[in-house]
Amino acid sequence: MIFSRYLFFILSFIAIYAALKVLISKKPMHSVLYLTLAFFAIGGHYILLNAQFLAVVHIIVYAGAIMVLFIYTVMLLNLNIQGEFPKSKLMKFASAIAGGMWLMVLIAVFRTYDLKMVADPALNQIGLVKNLGKVLFDEYYLPFELSSILFLAAMVGAVMLGKKDIY
Amino acid sequence: MDGNYILYKLILASVILLISLVVAMYSTLLERKVAGFFQDRLGPNRAGIGGIFQPLADGLKLFFKEEFMPGTADKFLYILGPSLTMMIALLTSAVIPWGNSFIINGTEYTLQVADINVGVLYVFAILSIGVYGIMIGGWASNNKYALIGAVRAASQMISYELAMSMSIIAIVMMSGTLSLKDIVDQQHGMNWNVWYQPLGFLIFIVCAFAECNRSPFDLPECETELIGGYHTEYSSMKLGFYLFAEYINMFISSAMIATLFFGGYNFPFMDSLNLSHNALTIIGSLVFFVKIAFFVFFFMWVRWTLPRFRYDQLMRLGWKSLLPLAIINILITGFVIMIKNHL
Repeated sequence: MIFSRYLFFILSFIAIYAALKVLISKKPMHSVLYLTLAFFAIGGHYILLNAQFLAVVHIIVYAGAIMVLFIYTVMLLNLNIQGEFPKSKLMKFASAIAGGMWLMVLIAVFRTYDLKMVADPALNQIGLVKNLGKVLFDEYYLPFELSSILFLAAMVGAVMLGKKDIY
Repeated sequence: MDGNYILYKLILASVILLISLVVAMYSTLLERKVAGFFQDRLGPNRAGIGGIFQPLADGLKLFFKEEFMPGTADKFLYILGPSLTMMIALLTSAVIPWGNSFIINGTEYTLQVADINVGVLYVFAILSIGVYGIMIGGWASNNKYALIGAVRAASQMISYELAMSMSIIAIVMMSGTLSLKDIVDQQHGMNWNVWYQPLGFLIFIVCAFAECNRSPFDLPECETELIGGYHTEYSSMKLGFYLFAEYINMFISSAMIATLFFGGYNFPFMDSLNLSHNALTIIGSLVFFVKIAFFVFFFMWVRWTLPRFRYDQLMRLGWKSLLPLAIINILITGFVIMIKNHL
């Protein structure tokens, strides 16, 4: 148990460090790669919660598909311009105020919140693929199918936008 | 988790790592020998008897070559590229069952580093992140040929990954499990998946060629168009890592083909031999390696036989032939399973 606690802290450190570097990095390519690293760290967190299926799917979908397309876009658009992205004074003020207000809300929420573990993740078997499949195809069958239709619609839409000049 | 168990797994992982590296090393020699055979010449035969030390000589040469880094390269990513490629190439070997198990003093030692219950999905995940090393290396070189090679590699691997995953899904539907060990155990004796999934096997092997960037799909490093593709700017051991990772990928792909379609460590008449469990395990592992060796040879056979595809042909084959075929394969498999359950 002690070992997994150390793992938790290491993974959290990597995730937060990578997430910060996404914002701080000057080159877009570095930002994208740090985001990938953050996704891997979060995948590790899923494994700590005994949700192996979710962890692997997270890696396949986010690190394997979405981030590859991100890198692809960055590579093709040649966004390798080092330096400042121009931002106006007003934008900086607005973002500072918005960020500060968000921090206040977070503090207000977590001040009285009692952090405790809901269930022992080692005993919680819902993340294993068999249990997840049963829940998904029995209890949540309709939402599952509806979300698949949503994906199909998005795919058809993307093809339509890409092939606009043909039709 | 006692200390013995962790020690055993550590030793097993190191042995598998060593075997992968040695096999990949000698695949380079085999490749050149096979090429020689197909072109009616001898191949390398100067270093040692029949060229047996040729891989060592090549390795030493690569180590002692001058390191070169382009002045405009992204230094960190330039080094990260080949390292990632090598690391990801070696990751898959963790879930492949290299043999059954040894029973020593009543304790069972399985010849598999991790029997995770999402083994097949783990393989998909490694497949899908395999493209990072090439993309990062190609981009960081800051060379237009390397960039084109990297873009080609990325789109090729994304395209063929889909058909490949779908061909495995038919197997998963059939065996009802995601654990590679269970899939192998279900193919006991001669009951191999390839008899039930010939179309799936065909799709899988074509996609394996594309995923390994092997000829006839080696467009990312197509010399006549792109000099060297994504590793144009690389030299010395960094180039060596890229080339070496290709051979490791070939070895691991062959192991996956043998595991999923050709029964892994199962062999015909294994029950009628009347051997002890441990002896059967040893023979099974040897048989597994024979199967792998055949598929490694098959990779080389195809490389020195078929000419390279054109890029649009590659994309058409992936999206318009293999992907629909894989979907049809899934539908047929589902239909047969349904009929079987109702009979």
